Amino acid sequence: MQLGCTQLDCENLAMDSALVLAIVILAATAYGTWHKISRGKIKARNNHDAAFTSEELGSALGAQATLVQFSSAFCQPCRATSLILEQVVSKVPDVKHVEIDAESNLELVRRLNILSTPTTIFLDRTGKEVARAVGAPKRDQVINALNQLQQI
Amino acid sequence: MSAPQLIDARGPRIMAIVTFFVLGLALLVHSTLLIVWQLLAFATAAIFTPPQGIYGRFYRAVIQPRLKGPVPSEDIRPPRFAALVGTVFATLALAGLAFGIKPLFTIATSFALAAAFLNGFFNYCLGCETYLLFVRLRNRHTPDYEI
Repeated sequence: MQLGCTQLDCENLAMDSALVLAIVILAATAYGTWHKISRGKIKARNNHDAAFTSEELGSALGAQATLVQFSSAFCQPCRATSLILEQVVSKVPDVKHVEIDAESNLELVRRLNILSTPTTIFLDRTGKEVARAVGAPKRDQVINALNQLQQI
Repeated sequence: MSAPQLIDARGPRIMAIVTFFVLGLALLVHSTLLIVWQLLAFATAAIFTPPQGIYGRFYRAVIQPRLKGPVPSEDIRPPRFAALVGTVFATLALAGLAFGIKPLFTIATSFALAAAFLNGFFNYCLGCETYLLFVRLRNRHTPDYEI
C-alpha cells in the first residue's frame, strides 16, 4: 500500500500523528460525555423577553402551559421528542404541544437564541418562558416540570 | 412536517465506527488511498442515501443479517446530512495531501474523525448541533434580535 511517506520519515510522521489522534479521541470523549449529560435537562428560566404571542405560535396558548418544540430536518432526536411531548400532553390536562420548524422561523429562533434542535421551551399560561430543554427531554422530567409550573 | 423515510438505526452507527477506524488509520499514516476510499464512502452515502452507499451496502449484506433483536428505526435525513458534511471534510483532507498542505489535511481529518467517533460511540447527531447554526449564518442579513 502506498502510504505517502518513505520508511524513515514515516516513523516521525507516525509519532506526530499518533499524538494528534490521541488528542482528538480524548477531546471527543470529553465533549461527548458532557454532551450526553447536559442534553435533555430541563433548566428553569425566567425570560420575560421570550414571551410568545399566539400569532408567533401559530395557534392559541395552552390553558395552563405550552411546550414549544423547535425541530429541524436533520435532527434524529426531534422525532423522539415529539412523541414524548405528545404522550405527555395527552395525559396532563390544559397543556399544549406545538412543534415549530426552526429553519422557517429564523427570526423567532434568533430572538430566543436557539442554537440546536430539538429545543423545547416551556411557556406558562401567559406565554412567558419559564424553562427550556436542549436535546430530547425524559418523559418523567417533563411531567415534573409541568407539575411545578402548575403549583405556581 | 411530512413523514420521513425510516431506516435501520444501527446501520449509521456501525458505519460511523468503520469510518472512525479508516480515518484514524489515514491520519496515522497520511494515506491518500484511505482518504480517497473514505471520500467515496461519504459521497456515495450523501448522493445515493446512506443505505445505498458503500458502507450501507456492506452493512445490509454482511452485518444486518447477523444482528438479532428488535430493529430500531430512524429518519434517513440526519445520517445523509452527516455524510454530506463528511464529504466536504474528506475533500479538504484530500486537497491538503494533494497540495502538500499538511495542517489542512490534519485539521480536516481530525474534525471528520471526531464527528465519526461521537456519532459511532455517543450516538451524536451532527445535524442537530450544526445545521441550525449553518442556516442562521447563511441568513444573517435578516434583522437580528439578540437577547
